[in-house]
Amino acid sequence: MKFSYYPGCTLKNHAKNFEDSTLFSLAHLGLEIEELPRWNCCGTVASLAADDLIHQLAPIRNLIRVKEAETTQVVTACSMCFNTLKRANERVRANPTELAQMNDFMYDEETPYEGDVDVYHVLDLVRDKVGFKDVAAKVVNPLGGLKVANYYGCTLVRPKQVAIDDTENPVVLENLVSALGGSPVEFPLKTECCASYRTVDSPNIVADKTYQIINSARSLGAEIIAVSCPLCAFNLDQRQEATLKYHPDFIGLPIVYFSQLMAIAFGCEEKTLQFGLHHFPPKPVLTGKGLI
Amino acid sequence: MSRTPQAKSRAGNKPQAVKPVAPKTRAAKAVLQDAPKARMVTVYIMGKRHVVPEHATIMRAIEYSGQQIIRGAGCREGFCGACGTIYRLPGDYKIHSGLACTTLVQEGMSLTQIPAVPMEKAIYDIEKLSPDVDTFKRLYPVVFRCVACNTCTKSCPQGIQVMDYIQAAKRGDVASIMDISFDCVACGLCALRCPAEIVQHKVGVLGRRLFGRYLAKESKELDTRIAEVQKGAFDKEYKSLMSMPKDKLSKTYYERDIEP
Ligand code: SF4
Ligand code: SF4
Ligand code: FES
Repeated sequence: MKFSYYPGCTLKNHAKNFEDSTLFSLAHLGLEIEELPRWNCCGTVASLAADDLIHQLAPIRNLIRVKEAETTQVVTACSMCFNTLKRANERVRANPTELAQMNDFMYDEETPYEGDVDVYHVLDLVRDKVGFKDVAAKVVNPLGGLKVANYYGCTLVRPKQVAIDDTENPVVLENLVSALGGSPVEFPLKTECCASYRTVDSPNIVADKTYQIINSARSLGAEIIAVSCPLCAFNLDQRQEATLKYHPDFIGLPIVYFSQLMAIAFGCEEKTLQFGLHHFPPKPVLTGKGLI
Repeated sequence: MSRTPQAKSRAGNKPQAVKPVAPKTRAAKAVLQDAPKARMVTVYIMGKRHVVPEHATIMRAIEYSGQQIIRGAGCREGFCGACGTIYRLPGDYKIHSGLACTTLVQEGMSLTQIPAVPMEKAIYDIEKLSPDVDTFKRLYPVVFRCVACNTCTKSCPQGIQVMDYIQAAKRGDVASIMDISFDCVACGLCALRCPAEIVQHKVGVLGRRLFGRYLAKESKELDTRIAEVQKGAFDKEYKSLMSMPKDKLSKTYYERDIEP
């Protein structure tokens, strides 16, 4: 079964580590995906914050591109893009009038949108199309009990209509880490908000969040935190510098994408992991475990 | 065209090529008619009604109506982008756009030329930039306001997928900006209609400059040609062009080899 792959803007530059490791892992798992030949920004921020229809055009237009690529399923790794695309999809499926208005506005498109594309997150595919048993069977470099705290933040589990797992206590990442040979660390703040775009105007709010989230994971024994969103990654990793300014007793932790852990367990080369894009270097703990 | 005496006599010279009665009668009849008058259409230029020849371009129609175009015309051949025009047609809610020099008038067309679109352009030293998303973020942060409405594409007289090159700028895909925006004539109509107030063509120029400076493959052919020019290989030809009378120069120009 072929899936269209929607990369999103950030995975094409500042989160290249996320994209490279995802593509490597999906290929290793034998999942057939193909990047959409034409796509635009998922439309996030504006489309999540405002209730006017024009901001829903970006996500819906991407779903038209999926149809143009002659598939009906699109997968994305960035959980922010996922959330934006899926929310827009659920919204127009539930509101035919809105969908008609939007199609009418997009008279420049040859293909109308009819709510006929399904939006998936990479984790959906790994869990439901591959299955953790098969994932485990494909591991060539088990994570050696690496203690991973799995951070979902908001976009994978809220709102309920788009959640990929239980909204209160999701376990998909924990199960993935176990299948890869790591030891998931349960911690209470795994679905806490990272303060998201407040990072632009009030880094101090992000610093407080990062302080709480990383401290919680650390105090429960985590050696590393896995994430699924470039903005969470920015706030938890790049903002550790600011966190230290506001909280001098702060000790950081390395932040990686879940896809990077998959890629490591599947035996990727180090260049796929693009460690140059990280603020807190993940390399020491990974070499310490003999993983790279 | 064939309804002229010449046409008739030519037909007469080649009897085998002509089927008996019917064509001959048609040709004979045509000779009796008056020379056809130009058909006229009614257009509204900046709100004022004018009757102009049906086959006029918008630019010709404006001039036919007695106005002189000073700022809104340049090449008159669809290359310079000086003559951007917006128009509406009867019974159609859409705002259309076209280049006045290459778009024909239509019955009931209501039009306004927009010779210049005000905007601020970023000032930069191309040598000090990098061909990535951060450059666009710094010089034209406005691109991140794009909501993918595609109004810019709808308004482009060049038929460019304008939204797609703005989206490419949002992800630092300089090569795609180059490819997609290549035919932009900088008329600015897209910038005028964008609800996010983006200055698309300026972003396109930046993208193409970045491509040219940092990503374009070096061209050996170009280097060879420059060396030839410097050695004076074309001096003679250049001199003869410079001293050519205008009509001969014009003839030479239109008969030149044009790459397909
Ligand atoms: S991209 Fe914009 S400025 Fe360029 S030709 Fe099209 S409408 Fe004119
Ligand atoms: S008109 Fe403006 S907001 Fe709409 S797609 Fe074009 S650049 Fe984006
Ligand atoms: S006058 Fe140059 S494009 Fe129309």
